[in-house]
Amino acid sequence: MVPPAIVVEDLRKSYGRADVLRGVDLRVEQGEIVAFLGPNGAGKTTTIEILEGFRAASSGRVEVLGTNPYKAPRAWREDIGIVLQSSRPPRTLTVRELLDMHGSYYRSPRSTADVLASIGLVEEAGQRIGRLSGGQQRRVDLELALIGDPRLVFLDEPTTGFDPTARREAWGMIAGLRDHGCTVFLTTHYLDEAQYLADNIAVISSGRIIARGTTDELAVQIQVGTTVSWLAEPEVVTGELRALLAQAGAEVGFSARRVDVHVGDQESVARVLHELTGAALVGGWSLSDLRVHRPTLEETYLALIEADTDTVNGVTR
Amino acid sequence: MMRMVTQLRSQVGYDLLAFRRNPAATFFTVVLPLIFLLLFTSIFGNEVLEGREGLRAATFCVPGILALAIVSATTVNLAMTTVTRREDGALKRVRGTPLPPWIFVFALATASLVITAVMTATMIAIGRVLFDVTLPLAGVPGLLITVLVAAVAFSAMGLALSVIIPSVEAAPAITNAVVLPVYFVSDVFIVTDSTPRLLRVAGDVFPVRYLTQALVRSFDPTTAGSPLPWDHWGVIVGWGVLGVVVVARRFRWSPWGS
Repeated sequence: MVPPAIVVEDLRKSYGRADVLRGVDLRVEQGEIVAFLGPNGAGKTTTIEILEGFRAASSGRVEVLGTNPYKAPRAWREDIGIVLQSSRPPRTLTVRELLDMHGSYYRSPRSTADVLASIGLVEEAGQRIGRLSGGQQRRVDLELALIGDPRLVFLDEPTTGFDPTARREAWGMIAGLRDHGCTVFLTTHYLDEAQYLADNIAVISSGRIIARGTTDELAVQIQVGTTVSWLAEPEVVTGELRALLAQAGAEVGFSARRVDVHVGDQESVARVLHELTGAALVGGWSLSDLRVHRPTLEETYLALIEADTDTVNGVTR
Repeated sequence: MMRMVTQLRSQVGYDLLAFRRNPAATFFTVVLPLIFLLLFTSIFGNEVLEGREGLRAATFCVPGILALAIVSATTVNLAMTTVTRREDGALKRVRGTPLPPWIFVFALATASLVITAVMTATMIAIGRVLFDVTLPLAGVPGLLITVLVAAVAFSAMGLALSVIIPSVEAAPAITNAVVLPVYFVSDVFIVTDSTPRLLRVAGDVFPVRYLTQALVRSFDPTTAGSPLPWDHWGVIVGWGVLGVVVVARRFRWSPWGS
């Protein structure tokens, strides 16, 4: 069995009296892309910096590639690549010089020629970093983390501040890492980024993991539910239909000339649709503009954060 | 071991390359001391001193400005470079690679040492060619030791100074606010026998005047070679040790804000 790339159990971190992490559990398998999603101040950067070995944990178990990162020998870093949240490569060196320099830090780096080709900067190799466009600079910055041919790559908000084209490009590069068998752990507050890239998503809020799983699993996990709606006047929903729907675990509401039937349990959607179509056929009304709406990740995420913040506030009050 | 030597050598090479291509750094470190040397010699004149066997006034000007050049190449240069790299995230990124951190720090100091050596040779050559200031042969060993000790100690102080500088914008202001007043009480521009007591005491505390006086002693034919300025070296080393302690305990790899 392949050991996991990252194991975290009951990780806690306090600065003075402030508890930033309050018992985080994580497990990242090798070859996986995991997105660590959460609002600002939730503890994303603190967690990733502990995993990178930049900060010590207050308590809990942390193992990255089988080693406690804070006490890891330098050799452990041969297998780790790190892209920082905000960093600018030195402007006075040329692209080739910078890649050579960073390559010299590793025992078996990729060749500078390969790297130049893979970021598409062969022609710009002799140019100083300061003369490159912002997008090109960020590409160099990303590639510096990969020059040691790492097994595990950390990316802290890799596309913050990118325009849409640059984001797509970066996503392509990150997705490409998986094809090389690389494990990727990234933090982000962009939901679409997590959705596009990640095999698994862990959501952190107020220093705890509040949900974890694939996009679909997350939606199920927090039971945002499914909404079945169509264009109709409220009168079509008879007491009899309402009772049938209630039996199926659904609740009826009205909004903007539509009937909204909220189904809490995924399993009941088929039955609700069955009751509805039956009633429509018997009653002779059409289900015009019928929509079955499942929550997007964004809605799921917002619901999660909102629910969590409510609980936290409830406790402190 | 071989690998570390190779890594150190190549890192020093990149540091020197980056220095050479940084116009602000080269101006403050290389050009400004040369301007000072030319300026002060033309202001104060360079006549032959009375009763001093053809000794010229510039004999005291060259070591003063050489002290300034050494402090610029080490303390000022390292404080600014370190803060810029730290705030750009370059230090933190290096910290995340297998390169041993001491090699990185050591390389920075070694690059400063190289710049110091070049500046020392340049100043001595200019003194000789333009101002007829000859470094007595007997003064050479003392001068070499003084420059070496000072380069290492003042490099440590520069790295230590970076610890209290919060941003790239603040770096030139804080660095100059520290070194400029010290120059004035350290015989770099003017000899301070007639200055107020408080300023003389300040000069006694900071290490730059000990550097200036040790250099003067090497240039002055009557004192060159003997006795060696052990007491001066002692004070400079003391400050250097203080710098090393601060660096060992408080050196920041991450940008100030994070």
